[in-house]
Amino acid sequence: MPEELSAGCARPAGGPVGENIDASMEKNKDVRKEEMKMIQVGKKAPDFTAPGYHEGKFVNVKLSDYLGKWVILCFYPGDFTFV
Amino acid sequence: MSIDTKFVHKMWNDQELSKMVEGGIPFPMLSDAGGKVGTLYGIYDEDAGVETRGRFIIDPDGIVQAYEVLTPPVGRNVSEALRQIQGYQMVRESKGTEAAPSGWRPGKMTLKPGVDLVGKVWTVWKTEMAFD
Repeated sequence: MPEELSAGCARPAGGPVGENIDASMEKNKDVRKEEMKMIQVGKKAPDFTAPGYHEGKFVNVKLSDYLGKWVILCFYPGDFTFV
Repeated sequence: MSIDTKFVHKMWNDQELSKMVEGGIPFPMLSDAGGKVGTLYGIYDEDAGVETRGRFIIDPDGIVQAYEVLTPPVGRNVSEALRQIQGYQMVRESKGTEAAPSGWRPGKMTLKPGVDLVGKVWTVWKTEMAFD
């Protein structure tokens, strides 16, 4: 039977069930985690492109197109959450 | 930016946010499905599959001047983000000759770092100036 979830800000993700997790997969996960680090203030912001929605249109945005302007880049957990 | 698609962004803007902000959200709502950009910026929570509340101030040269990261249940203080931008703009306009001490807001006293100020900050800046 499906279990009812509370409507919080976090978005629970699914995943494999059981204990047959391949040992090499686990190892790869560790490597990935080590690579992930915080960017530094005073250093270049990593450039990226991303699709999006802006004033009635679907757009593609490239960070470096905003050189010459002040940019606030905001991340948040998800649309239709509460905070 | 979130892991939601541009279609969900449209629905959220049209159905809910446009009722909070007249005319809807004035800036691009970006999609980072898969969290690649969030990972690049160090704020993607791989276990939860979402991005945390990371906020980055990027100057006109593309340099990250400030960031703040919160876990999901507490929201940001937008006034503080604006104050920080105003501070960095003031410093930039002064070509680095002025600095914004703790509690600085536009119109408040700035510091002019230099040899003469060493050991003398207490004469021009008072602790209560750190607070609103």
